[in-house]
Amino acid sequence: MKHTLAVLVEDKPGVLTRIAGLFARRGFNIDSLAVGESEAPGLSRITITIDGAEHPIDQVTKQLNKLINVVKVRDLQPSDTVSAELMLIKTRAEGPKRAEVMQVAEIFKAKIVDVDRRTMTLRAVGTPERLEALREVLKPLGVLEVVRTGTVAIGREKS
Amino acid sequence: MKMKGSEAIVASLEAEGCEVLFGFPGGVVIPLYDALLDAKHLRHILVRHEQGAVHAADGYARATGKVGVCVATSGPGATNLVTGIATAYLDSVPVVALTGQVRSDLIGTDAFQEADTTGITLPIVKHSYLVQKATDLSQVIHEAFHIASTGRPGPVVIDIPVTCSLDELTYKRPTGFDLPGYKPTVRGHIKQIRAAAKALADAERPVLYAGGGVISSGAAAELSELAHLLKVPVATTLMGLGSFPERDPLSLGMLGMHGNVAANYAVHECDLLLAVGARFDDRVTGKLSAFASQAKVVHIDVDPAEIGKNVRPLIPIVGDARHVLASLTKEVATLERSADATAAWLAKCAAWEQHYAFDYDHDESTLAPQFVIEEIDRVTASDAVVVTDVGQHQMWATQYYHYQWPRQFISSGGLGTMGFGLPAAIGAKIGRPDKTVIDISGDGGFQMTMQELMTAVCHDVPIVVAILNNGYLGMVRQWQDLFWNKRYSCTCIAAQPDFAKLADAFGALGLTVSAPGDVEEALRTAIAAQRPAVIDFKVRPEENVFPMVPAGREITEMIGGKSGRRKRS
Repeated sequence: MKHTLAVLVEDKPGVLTRIAGLFARRGFNIDSLAVGESEAPGLSRITITIDGAEHPIDQVTKQLNKLINVVKVRDLQPSDTVSAELMLIKTRAEGPKRAEVMQVAEIFKAKIVDVDRRTMTLRAVGTPERLEALREVLKPLGVLEVVRTGTVAIGREKS
Repeated sequence: MKMKGSEAIVASLEAEGCEVLFGFPGGVVIPLYDALLDAKHLRHILVRHEQGAVHAADGYARATGKVGVCVATSGPGATNLVTGIATAYLDSVPVVALTGQVRSDLIGTDAFQEADTTGITLPIVKHSYLVQKATDLSQVIHEAFHIASTGRPGPVVIDIPVTCSLDELTYKRPTGFDLPGYKPTVRGHIKQIRAAAKALADAERPVLYAGGGVISSGAAAELSELAHLLKVPVATTLMGLGSFPERDPLSLGMLGMHGNVAANYAVHECDLLLAVGARFDDRVTGKLSAFASQAKVVHIDVDPAEIGKNVRPLIPIVGDARHVLASLTKEVATLERSADATAAWLAKCAAWEQHYAFDYDHDESTLAPQFVIEEIDRVTASDAVVVTDVGQHQMWATQYYHYQWPRQFISSGGLGTMGFGLPAAIGAKIGRPDKTVIDISGDGGFQMTMQELMTAVCHDVPIVVAILNNGYLGMVRQWQDLFWNKRYSCTCIAAQPDFAKLADAFGALGLTVSAPGDVEEALRTAIAAQRPAVIDFKVRPEENVFPMVPAGREITEMIGGKSGRRKRS
């Protein structure tokens, strides 16, 4: 089962190394990792998605909590979480392919951010599954390059 | 007050109550060593190898409960600390390691004697700092001491670029911490404590399983109170030796691979196991699925990550052992319970203890290593600080010496670091000058750090080194003997120096003993000498440590000893 961890950390040198090192050392595989500033000055939030099937997730969160620079760890439940990922995808778009790419972009609400004679680059935002679907659709046209940010996630407010 | 960074380091260490530093100078720590010349309350012990510095700081910390501090230069100085830092990490010892680093502007350029110290030590520290500017020094040192000594203690590395030592700053003593992510849980959850109290009071065959956490939290008195209130037998781990007096009738001694048969049987048959400050290490549990399989498990630990790591307890309690045990005793005292609820169980344990007491071949024509430990126990009236190296002698030291108080037994448990004994004994003696300090070592381990004998002589640290010399790397030889068809690959080290002469060459007292009748006199002479002494005990070369649970087997499947008695020769 996939888990999404939201890890609030102090913005100090070496924090990312400590976290990455901990995962490697304890035999956990990181699927994706996204880091950025949080709402609080001096604190960053890291979103990590891991496959928790092989190892108990609570051991990971406990070990993360032991790191001095880690302020808070949340294991986000899919049902209570809004998540998104951004993907840039460069595809072939020559001749008749061009209209097809534009159509696909329209369907997936992806924005065309770069065009040249032979290629087009789309920017899409969505769940990892939706981005995967977009890639699948473009595949037959000739996908040249894919860049993804990794998932960022936030808990839903319950009222 | 205006001062240099290096002077601020000294001022900060003194402000933390640090009295002694173990270290070795080098290029980028010259400013610090210069400042040390003017330090009023800091003593520096010059070792002969940085590994000696970190083990000595570790031994000092274990003997006193204070933070041990060591210093090394950048590059090779820092890498020489690695084994000792890992040793302290595995045994949760509060050590602060100050390492020099190259100039800030040279970091990352493969400068002379540059190594990525915080990177190299990352997996073996509780925390580490690479100091960014001189003005951070006092706050970093303040935090490092706090982190090293609170919660689950552990080593903290402070890597200091030489530019930070040279820069001027205005020193101000720090007043607080800025550690939003570090708040160890001290008090246990009262509901959990009540549940544990009830489980304890209801148990018919309870066992307390005490680890190093009891010692590091200073919980020996609380442990004893609880054990006596409920009349529960106490088994300790290697790290927990001394947390409960071994001459107490409730003591089962050490459990695990080379532990007391009685302790292992008791844990196997208990219906309630209360683990406190212990981590269900493989050397303790043997085959995990069979360990205490009939028992409800209560696990008290200050480190939440230890709870449920190996064994999933019925009642987990996160908190400091001293606080939790005190509350637990208070709760238990309010519960109804007949005074002799555990009488039958204690009688059973006592019968095991009597039947399966440690024993060895008493042939007087040769010197039994176990006999040497018994004599050390007798001559020091079970009241010395015993430091060990790693191997067979270490296990005999757990079996045949009777530990009575916490911090009396000092040994590398988790990492199993050969070479630990001598430097750790030096640190322990400096921390506890009032006690006789005996380093029980093997001929193999002693040779790994024997240069520190010079440190002891130089700084007038009167320790006694008892080498149980069997001419073998005995513990490995024992495994080869028992599990590898007696194919003794590279474990015979009969070619070795004359240890007494070697001691003499260092300016220490050297003695050699080969007859059982001479052991006592040699020990008394060495202790009375009041200077470093080495006794080379020529013990039986092929003695094995029994009983023994082969790795991965159930802890009741002990070989040797009376449970499957080794043949007398």
